[in-house]
Amino acid sequence: MTPLHGYLLISAMLFAIGLGGAITRRNAIIVLIGIELMLNAANLNFIAFWRFGPNPEALTGIVFVIFSIAVAAAEAAVGLGLIISIYRHYKTANVDQIDSMKG
Amino acid sequence: MFKGSPKSVMTVAFVILGVLTLSSGIAAMMQRNLVHCALSLSITLAGLAGLYLQLDAQFVGFAQILIYVGAVAILIVFAILLTRENEPGSQSRYISNGYLGFGLALALFAVIGGAIVSSKTLGRGQVPAPEATVRQLGDQLMTRYVLPLEVLGLLLTVALIGAVIIAMQEKESKSPGGTK
Repeated sequence: MTPLHGYLLISAMLFAIGLGGAITRRNAIIVLIGIELMLNAANLNFIAFWRFGPNPEALTGIVFVIFSIAVAAAEAAVGLGLIISIYRHYKTANVDQIDSMKG
Repeated sequence: MFKGSPKSVMTVAFVILGVLTLSSGIAAMMQRNLVHCALSLSITLAGLAGLYLQLDAQFVGFAQILIYVGAVAILIVFAILLTRENEPGSQSRYISNGYLGFGLALALFAVIGGAIVSSKTLGRGQVPAPEATVRQLGDQLMTRYVLPLEVLGLLLTVALIGAVIIAMQEKESKSPGGTK
């Protein structure tokens, strides 16, 4: 059991927690929080593989994580804007009551 | 940073940070009060920043604290306060067939965890801490990764303008017409 195993297991557990929350909770904001947790689990994987990988002097993992954090910030801003817009329209933020396009 | 520290100290810090991160992550997903969920999320993100510092990625750790704990958590709290439900606690937190989702998440963790534990290519043990100064990182960002950096700046600009437009759209369309 090397340190890399430990970090990867924590990352996998965090991803599973985020996935479980994102597909079972009814509130759209909690769904977004679950997606953020999954993104952070992926970032932890990148940093762990960079740290214990074959050539860490290339800094590839760190640069990728910086880009990933920036994209996740953009995603959070757009997602919360969408949720606020949907709340104004439907007066609810529950994902199972927003069913206008349901066939 | 932790090059000279003994292995046991790193393990204790790793266990503490891991337990903190995972337990607050579970709390962020399962609590009833949405504000408590957001606070648990910020604890999770701070624990992840501690794990990044353990992994000798100082810049990413502090950027994580600045961006996630500072900005994204506050944004989520604002969104929660703006979308308050009228009758809280009258219905379940989970969708009607939520046990399927829990089962799916558990199965996913079983698959990934089994793959990690049984992997033979991961075992390299202790490796010396790599050097990743902010100066090297800035050099890389300004030379090799300059085009992705510019594209990222454009993406952030477009996304923030788009978020503002999406969030204010309803009021614009309601004032002239009045009918749906």
